[in-house]
Amino acid sequence: MLVIPCPYCGPRPELEFSYGGQAHVARPTAASNPSPADWNAFQYERANIKGLHAERWRHIHGCARFFNVIRDTTTDEIVRSYRSGEK
Amino acid sequence: MSGHYRTASGGIDLERSRPIRFEFDGQAYQGLQGDTLASALLANGVHLVGRSFKYHRPRGIMAAGPEDPNALVTVRRDAARSTPNLSAAQVELYEGLVAHSQNRWPSLRFDVGRINDLLSRFIPSGFYYKTFMWPRTAWHSLYEPRIRAAAGLGVAATEADPDVYAQRYGHCEVLIVGAGPAGLAAALTAARRGARVLLCDEQALPGGSLRADTGTRIDGKAATDWLRETMLELAQAQNVTVLTRTTAFGYLPHNMVCLSERLTDHLASPPASKPRERLWQVRARQVIFATGAIERPLVFPGNDRPGILLAGAARSFLNRFGVLPGRRVVILTAHDEAYRTALELQAAGAQIVALADLRARASGPLIDAARGAGLAIRRNTTAVGTRGNLRVCAVGLAAVDADGAAAGDTDWVSCDTLLMSGGYTPSVHLHSQGRGKLRWEETAQVFVPAEAGQSCRSVGACKGLTGAALAAVFNQAATAARDATTECGFEALPVTIAVSDDTSAGGGWLGTLPQAARPRGGKAFVDWQNDVTAADLGLAVREGFRSIEHIKRYTTTGMATDQGKTSNLNALAIAARQLGRTIPEVGLTTFRMPYLPVGFGGLAGYARGELFAPLRKTPMYGWAAARGAVFEPVSMWQRARYFPERGEDMHQAVARECQVVRRSCGIFDATTLGKIEVAGPDAIEFMNRMYVNNWNSLAVGRCRYGILLRDDGFVFDDGVVARTAEDRLHVTTTTGGAPRVLGLMEDYLQTEWPQLKVWLTSTTEQWAVIAVQGPRARDVLEPLVEQADLSAASLPHMAMTRALVCGVPAMIFRVSFTGELGYEINVPADYGAEVWRAVWESGQAHGMCAYGTESMHVLRAEKGYIIVGQDTDGTMTPDDAGVGWAVGKSKSEFVGMVSLRKRALQDPNRKQLVGLLTADPRHVLEEGSQIAATPGQRPPMQLVGHVTSSYYSSVLRRSIALAVVNGGRSRMGETLYVPTPAGESAVTVTQPVFYDSKGERLNG
Ligand SMILES: [Zn+2]
Repeated sequence: MLVIPCPYCGPRPELEFSYGGQAHVARPTAASNPSPADWNAFQYERANIKGLHAERWRHIHGCARFFNVIRDTTTDEIVRSYRSGEK
Repeated sequence: MSGHYRTASGGIDLERSRPIRFEFDGQAYQGLQGDTLASALLANGVHLVGRSFKYHRPRGIMAAGPEDPNALVTVRRDAARSTPNLSAAQVELYEGLVAHSQNRWPSLRFDVGRINDLLSRFIPSGFYYKTFMWPRTAWHSLYEPRIRAAAGLGVAATEADPDVYAQRYGHCEVLIVGAGPAGLAAALTAARRGARVLLCDEQALPGGSLRADTGTRIDGKAATDWLRETMLELAQAQNVTVLTRTTAFGYLPHNMVCLSERLTDHLASPPASKPRERLWQVRARQVIFATGAIERPLVFPGNDRPGILLAGAARSFLNRFGVLPGRRVVILTAHDEAYRTALELQAAGAQIVALADLRARASGPLIDAARGAGLAIRRNTTAVGTRGNLRVCAVGLAAVDADGAAAGDTDWVSCDTLLMSGGYTPSVHLHSQGRGKLRWEETAQVFVPAEAGQSCRSVGACKGLTGAALAAVFNQAATAARDATTECGFEALPVTIAVSDDTSAGGGWLGTLPQAARPRGGKAFVDWQNDVTAADLGLAVREGFRSIEHIKRYTTTGMATDQGKTSNLNALAIAARQLGRTIPEVGLTTFRMPYLPVGFGGLAGYARGELFAPLRKTPMYGWAAARGAVFEPVSMWQRARYFPERGEDMHQAVARECQVVRRSCGIFDATTLGKIEVAGPDAIEFMNRMYVNNWNSLAVGRCRYGILLRDDGFVFDDGVVARTAEDRLHVTTTTGGAPRVLGLMEDYLQTEWPQLKVWLTSTTEQWAVIAVQGPRARDVLEPLVEQADLSAASLPHMAMTRALVCGVPAMIFRVSFTGELGYEINVPADYGAEVWRAVWESGQAHGMCAYGTESMHVLRAEKGYIIVGQDTDGTMTPDDAGVGWAVGKSKSEFVGMVSLRKRALQDPNRKQLVGLLTADPRHVLEEGSQIAATPGQRPPMQLVGHVTSSYYSSVLRRSIALAVVNGGRSRMGETLYVPTPAGESAVTVTQPVFYDSKGERLNG
């Protein structure tokens, strides 16, 4: 079980969180009329990175907020975490 | 008498004054307090304790620890407490213990399955895969059950486990795994610095190899005295927790170690109040592994007979339990430690009839001592076979020639015990589980821990200090503990432990022993537990397997309960030699948790029975239960399914309930509907972006049926949404969907549109919801309602109002999931039961009934109202589900909007919701049935859809069904065919509305 640093609450055990998939996947608006390829990329294409991976977590049994984590997928080491909208 | 093979004195684990009676395979024996089942059996001269997995060969006790691959037993307290596959050396003796051998029929001494051994040349590795391939269907029905019955381990308990299993978290600066000399030195060092220390050991008593150590003096004291004083110091330290009978079985990310603590298995009468096991999840800043090393057996023909033990195990049995494994002992070794065993056994009264060393040269203080004690040492000697049926009676020894093969005549030495030692394999399991790297030590021929994957260190024998001088072990452990505690911010204080005897021992052997060019001694086992021989490994390589992972799975070497603790390195060496590659080139198989088997009870912990999942009950649960309702689980809720009267079965009750609702009215508990309050100045804009509907036109006090998609364009949830105020919406969801709908809403609100001023609140449990449905619904409610007008003009279909109901502030929604005039009364949950009773009383004059979820399903199906998750399956668009009308035209954005533009999602041949009427009105189709367009097809059939909902409608006096069918809406009136076990059923495609198709009853 990982220890995940919530940027709002501090380090907490993994069972307080739910996973939210890869971070920083930009969602095209309907008004921008995205091409099928762009929409498909948003919907289904993910990086499957070996190494540092930006991913979303939600502190579902805590502050309930989404935030981002940089985790090394080879070691599970969490390099840092930051709020949604931050880089 | 506690056994003929018990020595007159010695045995530091024993309380000699406390005899214990126990039973093995129905035979009564006596042992002593402190014995393990293995030591007690050996004390009674019992070596034969099991039959092997595949060939049913007689097997005995081989090791003195849980790594023993052979001596697997079942300990049985009663039908619910029967634990299979325990190593006999792991089972602590208690008064009245009952144990059984495994994998034998009809008895251990005479076993019919032994025929497998005689047929063994027809059962090579991969035999199961090669032979039982055809016909494919026979694998599950015929071959696999028979193979499992013939080749087996123990049998699990047949009744539910009545015991309690605890779980807890642990936190410490330094966790030390293993309380042998290295672990104790580490614990003393870390503890004296004030760090929180957790020390665990899998044995009942701490000390590890010190318990088998008779000669060494530590800090000027006998090893046993030093051990006692050290444990006293640790026990008195406030910052130290010592856990015995506790196995560290998993090393997980972020320095979490899982421990399994056994609390009552060693007690004759476990107190009912005490948990049987406790599972620890320990988060440690630093971990120190002092897990020791495991002695390797030697691979030679006939090496598996009862009476053949590891040399170190024999020493352990002697010094800890005062047990001689036999009286006429042959020792075969490639490691100096076995000389210590020879000396101590001889001193205890055993006769060492031969001491054979595989090595051409062996020297050192232990060898000198053996020679000084008059032991004749045969160097350069191998074993080419053994004799004996249920017990070894002779060993064939032969000289090794210059080419490394057995040469010359075989000298058959008669004996009752053969002790072997191929050296020691460091226990790197946990280090490796934590992604630590290993390094191959060419001189010692072992893998040792290299770079750690996490904050851990390995010390002592598991670090490669096998047979090393004790002083070196203490020094290494103390240094590691000092470094670990310093990293946790504790001041450094030196700890030194003085040791008298500094004898070190070395040696080792990997792979098969030297044999003649055409060996005839029989099978040479590598993996005792899986009956894998050196020849099996050779065959796997000849058949083309190259990766050690594939060789493992093909031959099953290193699998099952012992996970190859004694066999892996020999198997690797044999495979490498056969492949013509070096051992590090071939590499080890991956170490995975658990290190030792862990019972399911401990893993489940408290999460069993009622505590497995929360059970949610509505405020009206008690009323329904008192009325004799039959309940069904819907997600975590207990919902009343139907209310049988006077011996009705479900179909009779549902038929009556539906008719009463259509004729008069019914009361229904709709509390479980998910409810989310969407509030804020941007509430309408947020709903516009989430749901497919257009919410701008929804006036305050009005309701609308809403549909929520995912961004893939498929229906995710649905429900009625009411605008309760200018800036406030009351959103209902499906019963099971509430958490995921709120999650999806929060996701978009927080990460896509954080600028919107909206607050989302789950209100599911705030409101009790009482649905009153049917033509008399208004008559039932009107006497109870104040401050609101229920007339059709004032409160039409899909309107809502606030009111007092029975004096309780309420929201009344005029909505219907039955097609009848209907209301859903929302009152604060605490008033739910009271208001429900008042509505029930009021309804009696109108013939009202209570109905459950089953009637609710029939009533809505008669109207063609879909249930998301039943009539949809995660691949259906709103149009597919027949609710495309709800999608707002000219919207600029909603979740799923872009996907709905895809051509594939607009294909007119997609599966669309339709109604089906069977030719036989009494035939109720099975939900999930497939649908064919033409009759009389044989598999593989061309199928065009499937049935999603199917009921008998007592109101319509016939069966009805909803289905999804390719291009269904263009097939109205067509005949389709549903294959059923009783033959093909012809059905007609219809509109999905079977009752009141104009919807006039809604407006009553
Ligand atoms: Zn938080």
